[in-house]
Amino acid sequence: MKCDLVVVGAGPAGSMVAKTASKAGLDVIILEKRQEIGDPVRCAEGVSKKGLEKLVDPDPSWIAAEAKGARLYAPDGTEIVMSEDKAGAEVGYVLERKVFDRGLALQAALEGAKVMVKTRALGLLERDGAPSGIFAQCVGENLKIEAPLIIGADGVESKVGRWAGIDTALKPRDVEVCAQFLIQDESVDDDYCEFFLGNKIAPGGYVWSFPKGNKMANLGIGVLGSKSSSGMPLELLNKFLKNHFPEANVLEIMAGGVPVSGPIETTTADGVMLVGDAARQSDPITGGGIINSMKAGIIAGEVAAEQVSEENLSKEALKIYEDRWRETVGKHINRNYGVKEFFVELSDDELNRLMHSLEKQDLAQATLRDMLKILIKQNPKMLWKLRHLAV
Amino acid sequence: MLTVNRYKCGYCGACVSVCPATALELVDTWLEVNDDCTQCGRCTKICPMGALELVKEEKR
Repeated sequence: MKCDLVVVGAGPAGSMVAKTASKAGLDVIILEKRQEIGDPVRCAEGVSKKGLEKLVDPDPSWIAAEAKGARLYAPDGTEIVMSEDKAGAEVGYVLERKVFDRGLALQAALEGAKVMVKTRALGLLERDGAPSGIFAQCVGENLKIEAPLIIGADGVESKVGRWAGIDTALKPRDVEVCAQFLIQDESVDDDYCEFFLGNKIAPGGYVWSFPKGNKMANLGIGVLGSKSSSGMPLELLNKFLKNHFPEANVLEIMAGGVPVSGPIETTTADGVMLVGDAARQSDPITGGGIINSMKAGIIAGEVAAEQVSEENLSKEALKIYEDRWRETVGKHINRNYGVKEFFVELSDDELNRLMHSLEKQDLAQATLRDMLKILIKQNPKMLWKLRHLAV
Repeated sequence: MLTVNRYKCGYCGACVSVCPATALELVDTWLEVNDDCTQCGRCTKICPMGALELVKEEKR
């Protein structure tokens, strides 16, 4: 088999690469190791409404619910309410990832990309010391796909980068380890996303509840890897469930790992680019990765189309991708990495004081960034290290 | 050796992401461990479900 571009992984990152590159005229094959795209889910499914709509025209079937706002809870229970456009930058739509991911893959297919499911990449093919394709297995049958360019959109457990000599291994302090229940409970607020902070609730992370409609919600937890121990996320989530939703029905259990490393040193090698969670492009504060993945996917698809026609796929030539994503998505996650590094070390007492300082503030139009600025202004001493973000 | 309790595993791949030896691979719902495992234990601490454990060889 031969093509211009092999994309490994049919999540939002890979599908946007495949869609963009196919539309630009490349012959694209996109591989998905799972037999069903998008399933099993390992995501809280919250996404910025505006952010998503800028990148794609969302099909109504992708959206499980729309949040009107968000509530933040301090360790002592203090409640901060943010209405639509505040946390709306981070959440707004709560997706049905199983439908959404398949929908994006379908868009890629309709642009001409060949989607291959239950097909796992096993390694890189090489010619003259440079990658020349992918060695794969499709429903148990070995397969060689020759292509001058390979894009690794293979998620948190990415292998493509490692095969190409890029060290993508995450340090425990740079990954949030997560568990999630899809719950149904009469006390679920169908209109609000909720975030619960505290070192006893979720060390170095938070508990979230994102509405999915009809009194259902994704109730999940992220614990910083370096503060976690075997099975801790699941145990703490069970405890939270017992305390807050004792009567809830649990309809699904999910697990996940979310990169919170900020930008990694490199995401390109000769003939190889990484996108999405594989490139550790998720937001170190929120853990959100869908929008960043899609943005980087579009950039990678455009660069792929240009460079394949130029027949120049050296690491140097692919620097265009590196520069473009770092200038956009990268700036944001780099800044938020600094904030995360600071916040994960705060005590409950400090978190409480920060949240109290927000109580009298008008957060009606504030984004997460604005909220941070207010926090720094209100707590200059505690947040001295973050003062550069106040401007 | 590293053991995988497949009845606990949530096949999320978090363990694969922290493995410094590239010894783990997640294939759909199946976690594979290869001979490159150095038994560093990083994955056992990271596993959100508590499915990974290092056990002494003789216990096998």
